[in-house]
Amino acid sequence: METIAIRCRELVKTYAGRPPVEAVRGIDMAVAAGECFGVLGPNGAGKTTTIEILEGLLVATSGEVEILGMQWRQSPDAIREAIGISLQETRFSDKLSVLETLTLFRSFYRRGIAVADAVQRVGLEDKLHAWVKDLSGGQRQRLAVAAAIVGDPRLLFLDEPTTGLDPQSRRQLWEIIRQYGAQGRSVLLTTHYMEEAEQLCDRVAIIDQGEIIALGSPRELITRLGGEHVVEFTLAPQTAGADRTENAWAQFAHVTSSVYEDGCHRLTVTEPHLVIPQILGHLEQRGGQLASLTTRHARLEDVFVQLTGRHLEESPPNT
Amino acid sequence: MNRQTTGGARVANHPLTQLVLSRMREFWRQPAAVFWVYGFPLLMMVALGTAFRNRPVDKIAVTVVAGSQAEAIQKVLQQDERFVGPGGDVEILSPEICRQRLRTGKTLLIVSTDSQSGSNFTFTYDPERPGSVMARDVINNLLQTAAGRRDPATVEDITVREPGGRYIDFLVPGLLGMGLMGGGMWGVGFAIVNLRIRKLLKRYLATPMKRSHFLGSMMISRLLFTVTEVLILVLAARWLFGVVNHGSFVAAAVLVILGACQFGGIGLLVASRAETTETVSGLMNLVMLPMWIGSGVFYSIERFPASLQTVLNLLPLTPLIHSLRSVMQDGVSLLALLPEIGLISLWTVVTFALAMRWFRWQ
Repeated sequence: METIAIRCRELVKTYAGRPPVEAVRGIDMAVAAGECFGVLGPNGAGKTTTIEILEGLLVATSGEVEILGMQWRQSPDAIREAIGISLQETRFSDKLSVLETLTLFRSFYRRGIAVADAVQRVGLEDKLHAWVKDLSGGQRQRLAVAAAIVGDPRLLFLDEPTTGLDPQSRRQLWEIIRQYGAQGRSVLLTTHYMEEAEQLCDRVAIIDQGEIIALGSPRELITRLGGEHVVEFTLAPQTAGADRTENAWAQFAHVTSSVYEDGCHRLTVTEPHLVIPQILGHLEQRGGQLASLTTRHARLEDVFVQLTGRHLEESPPNT
Repeated sequence: MNRQTTGGARVANHPLTQLVLSRMREFWRQPAAVFWVYGFPLLMMVALGTAFRNRPVDKIAVTVVAGSQAEAIQKVLQQDERFVGPGGDVEILSPEICRQRLRTGKTLLIVSTDSQSGSNFTFTYDPERPGSVMARDVINNLLQTAAGRRDPATVEDITVREPGGRYIDFLVPGLLGMGLMGGGMWGVGFAIVNLRIRKLLKRYLATPMKRSHFLGSMMISRLLFTVTEVLILVLAARWLFGVVNHGSFVAAAVLVILGACQFGGIGLLVASRAETTETVSGLMNLVMLPMWIGSGVFYSIERFPASLQTVLNLLPLTPLIHSLRSVMQDGVSLLALLPEIGLISLWTVVTFALAMRWFRWQ
């Protein structure tokens, strides 16, 4: 069995128009067999375009794609037999039951798992005979995953599998995906939830405006940020204006970066227990007062903010 | 597991079987679709068949203008029960009211006397209204006879009443054709666009499903629906109105299948690019409306000017209805309908070819 599940080189997708839209601008990546790989980025970053090229649903403007050692142009049918897909938004026929929908999808594959098995893996046994229109959002998303795994794929593509779901449904889906990955199968998922990527993915690629801006395991990326902790504080209104927005904190020892945003100072630090006394001392000297202070572990979100100056769940600046 | 069940399971789990089953289930679980495909043509047949049934004696609405001989005329007309006024009996009214009734269509003919030109009777009517012309001749005969005319030749009437020449006999083949058209449009065109909007076409494309299986399932389920649709209409027409097929059953069945294929192709073409229900609804109406009006569903296209007929004869529904009528009403053989069958086949081939070329899966 091949050791690389997905490999793509210099992937480019340009949509004709005036001006042409460069949705994907040269993406290189390799997903190892058995790996859960996350493509993380804000809406409009090019995640769906990238995954749909890999899924064979879009044709790249240029670049190479290899799926499980095969190429779309040469063996499309063999690739389709070996992969499972959940699209960003598919609305299955409202008036077919879970069982009927999955039996239909199962019939498309030469080999696969029993429909009952797929239903059990996503925990929809109680809804076997329920029509799709009577399922909740989370149940529909689980049905989509069941339809993706019913052909027993070696590689699973999930495009934003938990977008719009409540936290409980989201956790249920994570568990299903985790169990699938535990069988040594490869998973590629896109998401704009950093927490999802941290929970599920062995490695993530952070995409912004059609390019990979960071690639590595969630822990690596956070470490690369320079500090694993974040100290956030706001100052009381009576503090002098210059002091409140002062951005001199980055010069303190053990502080690797500092951002001031919406009245909040956010410092990435290596040693919070040494940094906090410095902050308090500095403020006392100047007569400033703290309104709030929190400290937490750094997250992928902080990596994205540091790299782009924007938050993940915002739109890119010029759209 | 024995061999037979394995074979059965293989057929049941074949993608084509599963796709057809899904189409049928979705259809039956959609009450509105069932009504429009099955109920609507049936309702249309019952309503039109009842409204335009042949009645033993047609009532003729006549009004007499007040004058010196008005009562005498009224008496002559009252002897014949065909003549009525709006209230029941033939009435004598002022000239103004008579004119108003004629204008509003409440009376077909006004009879008056005391004409300035010296004639005995004056008939006022619209010569373009068929009932009026007939009323004029019938009343003229009655009044002439009453005035003492003697017919030189003797006449004998033999009346025949045979199903086949009634309006309902004309209507049923038209409704069959209309049903095939609506079925192809809704059953193939609308269904495909709906799948495209739901991104299900794209989702299917991401599986190893063969495209030919998908399109094949669309056509197979269309033919299966057609069988039910046609049987319901034909049997209802027979039980309710005694409409029978005077031609060969096989010929009628062949035409129905050709028609279903033709409108399947047109439905596919209409759906090949449309990305919203609004677009496909608009396109479907654009295609169907001219044929509802101009293909002879409810009335013969001979009512249109000859130049327009040449164009109307080329529409897909016209040859279908014409040949269905020829078979069912006159027992014409398929051989005699080769030009029509050729035109239907041409529409089928061309629309399928274009649809295959333009079809967009996502």
